[in-house]
Amino acid sequence: MNSFWSWYITIIVVANILACWWLIRWTAKPRPGEAAQDETTGHVWDENLSEYNKPMPRWWLWMFYISIVFSLIYLILYPGLGRYPGVLNWSAETAYATEREQAETRYAPLFAAYAEREITELATDREAMQTAHRLFGNNCAVCHGADGGGAPGFPSLTNNEWLYGGSPEAIKHSIMHGRQGFMPPMGGVLGERGVDEIATYVYSLNGRSAPDRLVNAGRAKFQQHCAVCHAADGTGNKALGAPNLTTENWVYGGSLEAIRASIRDGRSGDMPGQQALLGEDRVHLLAAYVYSLSAERDTEQE
Amino acid sequence: MSATTAYNEKVVRQFAVMTVVWGVVGMLVGVIIAAQLIWPALNFDVPWLSYGRLRPLHTNAVIFAFGGCALIATSYWVVQRTCQVPLISNKAAAFTFWGWQLVIVLAAITLPLGITQGKEYAELEWPIAVLITAVWLTYAYVFFGTIAKRKTKHIYVANWFYGAFIIAVALLHVVNNLAIPVGWTHSYPVYAGAVDAMAQWWYGHNAVGFFLTAGFLGMMYYFVPKQAERPIYSYRLSVVHFWALISIYMWAGPHHLHYTALPEWAQSLGMVFSLILLAPSWGGMINGIMTLSGAWHKLRTDPILKFLVVSLSFYGMATFEGSMMSIKTVNALSHYTEWTIGHVHAGALGWVAFITFGAIYFLIPPLYGKKQMHSVKLIEAHFWIATLGVVLYIASMWIAGVMQGLMWRAVNDDGTLTYTFIEVLSATYPYYIVRLVGGILFFVGMLMMAYNVWRTALPEQEPVAKAAAQAA
Repeated sequence: MNSFWSWYITIIVVANILACWWLIRWTAKPRPGEAAQDETTGHVWDENLSEYNKPMPRWWLWMFYISIVFSLIYLILYPGLGRYPGVLNWSAETAYATEREQAETRYAPLFAAYAEREITELATDREAMQTAHRLFGNNCAVCHGADGGGAPGFPSLTNNEWLYGGSPEAIKHSIMHGRQGFMPPMGGVLGERGVDEIATYVYSLNGRSAPDRLVNAGRAKFQQHCAVCHAADGTGNKALGAPNLTTENWVYGGSLEAIRASIRDGRSGDMPGQQALLGEDRVHLLAAYVYSLSAERDTEQE
Repeated sequence: MSATTAYNEKVVRQFAVMTVVWGVVGMLVGVIIAAQLIWPALNFDVPWLSYGRLRPLHTNAVIFAFGGCALIATSYWVVQRTCQVPLISNKAAAFTFWGWQLVIVLAAITLPLGITQGKEYAELEWPIAVLITAVWLTYAYVFFGTIAKRKTKHIYVANWFYGAFIIAVALLHVVNNLAIPVGWTHSYPVYAGAVDAMAQWWYGHNAVGFFLTAGFLGMMYYFVPKQAERPIYSYRLSVVHFWALISIYMWAGPHHLHYTALPEWAQSLGMVFSLILLAPSWGGMINGIMTLSGAWHKLRTDPILKFLVVSLSFYGMATFEGSMMSIKTVNALSHYTEWTIGHVHAGALGWVAFITFGAIYFLIPPLYGKKQMHSVKLIEAHFWIATLGVVLYIASMWIAGVMQGLMWRAVNDDGTLTYTFIEVLSATYPYYIVRLVGGILFFVGMLMMAYNVWRTALPEQEPVAKAAAQAA
């Protein structure tokens, strides 16, 4: 803010407040020739509307004065008058930083201690998991569900299937840095017929029955257009986050219509990285929690 | 004064009747969205019935349709009688009526379709905003033109407030709606970022200050002394609180943006001016309530006066609450909670709607050439059911709001938040139900009023005429 605007603000603010003060002082005093307390001002409107001119209630005047004095003091102490920062030099930014720092000094050691332990071991610590559960509830549940069961477009964290791998390291990496999944829209390339064929083939991959003619046509096109990411057998590729298409777990829904939509229009998934928001220590604890959600895992799973 | 002056009562009658009609509509939509918050399935998966589209329909209908018609009806009545001249132009007055109704109908069509500027209380897209401007400028011409040719020497205090309301709303509406159109149903505001937010809440808070406060204070300054048949308490108090109110209100908007990207100096000014605003606000309440001194006994028997006086009590409560909520530390707790909703409805139901009910019950009989309303007992019933409704509404929202604020900030020993958002939401349900009950009671009262107004408006069946007809 340059000094012109600073003065502009300061002057009209102070003038407005002082004008109120002057207005009360000026009108509070009785003037010669004025109607007495119990007489009306002498003007009459619409047959019977008239006005007394009684003094303003004293308590009300005091309330007015006090609010003005309070405001002037506040504007001396705190920022308000243009660029003037106030005697206390208070700012929301520094207040926030201070509070954050205080919280960090208080809570950081707890999470630092957790961060030194193995994720697999931490996942069995009851107290640690209670803390982690609350972190999950306030940071992850909005997409992945309070129980981690997921929602259309947001993977379930409770089964043994992982888009990017289920090892402690892979989970932690997903939370720390986020993941960007991208399935390109294939409708233009394949045409509606091609989309239909491949969708039917994908639909049949986990053992569901579908018309042979479409499945066979789809199989050939799958090899040509999809296998690069989803692998020749449709089991996917964790390095890319290309989902396994042979199981019953579907990120975007497993109905024929949903599969068609995924192929035709593509899909785009964005798991935001939490490092900047939560810091590595809390992410470590969250990784242990997510790991624990599918604890009855096949330990060979990656 | 000459009893033969031909005042334009037609336009007053039209606006008064539409006040009742839009009151029913707006409050019905309010009841529906209150129910949707408890049972989301009540949108029946129909986009036009979804909460996000019905909510602005509710606010626009009650503020601009119900409140707006009430303000225009009463201001036309008051300005003619206190200036002792008919309106300057009946044609222009008729244009304001049909134009305003068209605005409301267009709002009722576009908002459910999802056509919106996305600015709270200023949702209507630019073609409708342009129409509003045209109607408003015509309204200003009719009002000030009538004042200009008045036969009384002094301008009555009610007209100061109506005048301030008309000028300020024109200014606010135009400045906040400056936008670049892209097609008929879409536009981009000329402001961006924090500036846009500040323009919006400068408008938003002054919509409260001038539309819902100054305008209705104008109504108060006519109908309270009229119904109580007492002089206004203090002329000098009118002068002080009028000038203080209109100059201070203009600064209060930033308190809607505490702890945001808005620069700190603006937040501080929003807070201190909101505090100074308390005394000028209460000036109107004192002047209204003290006008009753010497006429308190009338409260026992006169339900119209009950509406008027209780509205002033709610006005005092809501303005006190508003000043307190603008204090930054209080705002840190109250903002984004149901407390805000409770606060708004203490003002909207308790003050704006109550004083409107009183004024409309006052106006309908003379507008239809009757001595009094069809049923005074029904007004009494309306008063009590509406009062119970407001109390349930605001008490439940206060409790819910403070509870939400406290739950959101509760922290465990390990620094994690004690409650998840969804836990706070499920704790709020019982209060949503109490609020819905309060809203339904208020709506039922509105229906009673509509029935009463309809019966009063029916042409009288003269017993003598009947007898004569039978004889013939």
